[in-house]
Amino acid sequence: MNAAADYLTALALAPLLPGLISRVKAFFAGRQGQPVLQLYYDLWKLAHKGTVYSSVTGRVFRLGPAVSLAAVSVALALIPAGGHGALLAFDGDLILFAYLLALARFVTVLAALDTGSSFEGMGASREVFFSALAEPALFVSLAVMAKKAGAFSLNLIFTTNNPVTGNPLLLVAGALFIILLAENCRIPFDDPNTHLELTMIHEVMVLDHSGPDFGLISYGAALKLWLFSALIVRLVLPFGESWHSADNPALFYCGICAVALGAGLVESCMARFKLLKVPAMLLAAAVLAFAAFMVA
Amino acid sequence: MKDLVLLLSSTAVLIISAFLSLALRKQPGLAAFAAIAGCVLAAVSGLAAIALSGFHSALALPWPVPGGQFHIALDSISALFLAPLYILCACGALYGRRYGGLNSKTGYSFFLYNILAASMAVVFTARNAVLFLTAWEMMTLSSFLLVVLDYGSEESRKAGWLYLIATHIGTACIIALFGAAWHMTGSAEFSAFPPAFAKLPFAAVALLTVAGFGTKAGFFPLHVWLPKAHPAAPSHVSAVMSGIMIKAGIYGIIRMMTLVDLIPFWFGAALAAIGIVSGILGVLFALAQHDLKSLLAYHSVENIGIIALGLGTGYMGAAAGRPEIAFIGFAGGLLHVINHAFFKGLLFMGAGSVQHATGLRDMDKLGGLLRAMPLTGATFLIGAAAISGLPPFNGFISEFLIYSGAFRLMMAGGHSGLAGLAVLTALALIGGLAAACFAKAFGMVFLGLPRTRLAAAPAESPALMTAPMILLAALCVLTGVAPQAAAKLAILPALTLSGADYGGLPQVLQPIGLTAAMVILLSALVWFLRDRLLAGRKVTAAGTWSCGYSAPTAAMQYTASSFAQPIVDMFGLGTAKKISRPQGLFPVSAEFHSHTPDPARDMLFSPVFRYIDTRMSALRVIQHGNIQTYILYIAAALVALLVWTVL
Repeated sequence: MNAAADYLTALALAPLLPGLISRVKAFFAGRQGQPVLQLYYDLWKLAHKGTVYSSVTGRVFRLGPAVSLAAVSVALALIPAGGHGALLAFDGDLILFAYLLALARFVTVLAALDTGSSFEGMGASREVFFSALAEPALFVSLAVMAKKAGAFSLNLIFTTNNPVTGNPLLLVAGALFIILLAENCRIPFDDPNTHLELTMIHEVMVLDHSGPDFGLISYGAALKLWLFSALIVRLVLPFGESWHSADNPALFYCGICAVALGAGLVESCMARFKLLKVPAMLLAAAVLAFAAFMVA
Repeated sequence: MKDLVLLLSSTAVLIISAFLSLALRKQPGLAAFAAIAGCVLAAVSGLAAIALSGFHSALALPWPVPGGQFHIALDSISALFLAPLYILCACGALYGRRYGGLNSKTGYSFFLYNILAASMAVVFTARNAVLFLTAWEMMTLSSFLLVVLDYGSEESRKAGWLYLIATHIGTACIIALFGAAWHMTGSAEFSAFPPAFAKLPFAAVALLTVAGFGTKAGFFPLHVWLPKAHPAAPSHVSAVMSGIMIKAGIYGIIRMMTLVDLIPFWFGAALAAIGIVSGILGVLFALAQHDLKSLLAYHSVENIGIIALGLGTGYMGAAAGRPEIAFIGFAGGLLHVINHAFFKGLLFMGAGSVQHATGLRDMDKLGGLLRAMPLTGATFLIGAAAISGLPPFNGFISEFLIYSGAFRLMMAGGHSGLAGLAVLTALALIGGLAAACFAKAFGMVFLGLPRTRLAAAPAESPALMTAPMILLAALCVLTGVAPQAAAKLAILPALTLSGADYGGLPQVLQPIGLTAAMVILLSALVWFLRDRLLAGRKVTAAGTWSCGYSAPTAAMQYTASSFAQPIVDMFGLGTAKKISRPQGLFPVSAEFHSHTPDPARDMLFSPVFRYIDTRMSALRVIQHGNIQTYILYIAAALVALLVWTVL
């Protein structure tokens, strides 16, 4: 029951994170910035709008946002949130976790290709390229955690008695943070606020979505940001039985906010990479994770 | 015994219907009907045999051939390969009726098709080396003739020639292996081989097995024939060749290894290494293809690599004394054999359906077909998601098991730990690239706008072609959400191979299937909510956003080549590009061609064979077309043999 409450809290709080990030960026730029609750307002507004579909598109374009959101929300249920266990847990759920994200990406890419636009094709091409490189890094990170914890389920990994500690912890957290930035289209990999379709990746793929469909996409993106943050927080802040003092929902939610602040900090201090440099950065994440495996 | 009677009668039905359709070749309609009825009947009887079987029946009849005995058996390993064989062959035959149409070749083509099916059934059940090799050759020759059925085209003839040479080099290795064992034990029965295999150095047995059977399976770099032969054959034949015939190579490796007593760790590691190389290079070369069927053919190399990863994990786990890891690895690899048969058969039929409707296979000329061909498109989409290993489809289930095995191996530490990590990293990379490749294949063919006139007004394929595709797509979904049933087929052979006594696989897979079903339900729920929200609101249509540009055309869409270009360039696949740039103030034409050659063919086999060719031409002196001289050679050889045996 507690896990279900945690899950619902995550669903409700996730749209806070993009707001936090943009506030950090505004602070660094010396601007007032948008309200932290901006995404909630946006979602509300989008939910009440009609929509415009490109006449080129068909079923696949309309199915994309729904399937993608469904996949991400099921993936979210696999991560222990708050101070309790995960809503869904079984042996091997970490594999399903990675592949649900892949499913969400696959349908988004197909929806983009359905518009027949060269920009969206370009974004789709980059998205599949970068995510194919991020996948090994994610799996090696998961492997380090599984090995350290001697467990084969995200829930057990994060609630077991042998938390990942020491050097591998920092390396894996570093790798996961890079993957978080890449998978959530953050600077230095992608800049959702750019003005040029030519340089966008994720954002250009969803250019033609509008109304409730676009709301589903924005909400799904917030959930994805939340679940990667939760992964890092559960890794860095050891919960579990031997850490009862730290097994504290408040600490968890603070941690999530801290990750968002960290992402905002990176975005404020860095420029976007040249596209050709992105693969090198993703390989760096994989190397970090490999190094963690060696010391673990 | 009941199961063997059913099994034999299904093979007999296939052979009889094959000859019937040959005899009726003057009336193509009847010939096709006879062959299809044969395939469907054989499938019913064959699947019944598997369902009724206790997996330990055998039958040995005398056969007046030196060393030969008509010895067949139905065990769990055979059953695993037979089940997809029957399903796919029946689907392919139904599909082939309308795909190939009716013409003077129909009778021949169905004759060969049914002979191919029958010979594969014998390959999977034979327990005598001579019987096995006879069936193996029948399988090779019938499929070769099917590849060159369109002998008017040079592409087909070349592909067939390459296939014939490659496959016989493989067969030579198998004959050497069987010959050695026969020589040492005096019997050509598989059951007599273990003592011989124990005496021979294991490395030799392993090398001959992997080289011999790996050629048929399409391991990199022995795969060179595959990307040529599969596209050249008619689509339902490609479906059967890729879906099941190349698995005969996997079957051979597994069967030979059951005859070896102790399999060292390095064999599993080597098999996993082959899997990593085949998997990654297979999917990368698939990404570089513009031809839809060539793309699918390279994906067969990739999927054979995934199967090898599973089996390699299994052999490593067994050698490391961890039967439970071995069990999961084997179960994953074996389940992938079935799953690949379903989705690859489906995808080849989809490609054939596209070719049937438009006459095109070049993805850069297609586009927007989903609107006119909804059934082909929807089933192709399911196949594309399944082969990319995405939940809630069957490909995910088998890849999940291989990942599980690799994770557990990784957690064991030491050598196994590194090997496990290598397997799961490779699988992750392969998975990401496969998803990229099938986003490209489905997106370029079925989504967006038609890129050429030919692709503009296709018609959906007839029901006889779409029905088999719908059936295979249904199997992909069913295995994805309820994996327990298909897993049962993989459990028994995995237990046999691993020596584990753990059968809890269905329970392990149950939550996966449930979660997969949840994704479907939740998608439907979100879709419904969105529909409610939009009800009564303004939903309008407009052009695609093109950055303010007012006259976009279909030719401006991203193409398959441009979609894959970043990946292909980064991995440096040696793509040759020919560009003629737009010239002048008002450029009228510009051209871009790219071609990615296969390095194994161009850099390994071509030079070797060219060298052999130049050296061997000296032997032409003894070949001058005079038949009397040839007869003299034969007589001389016989006399020489006689002298040798007498001395």
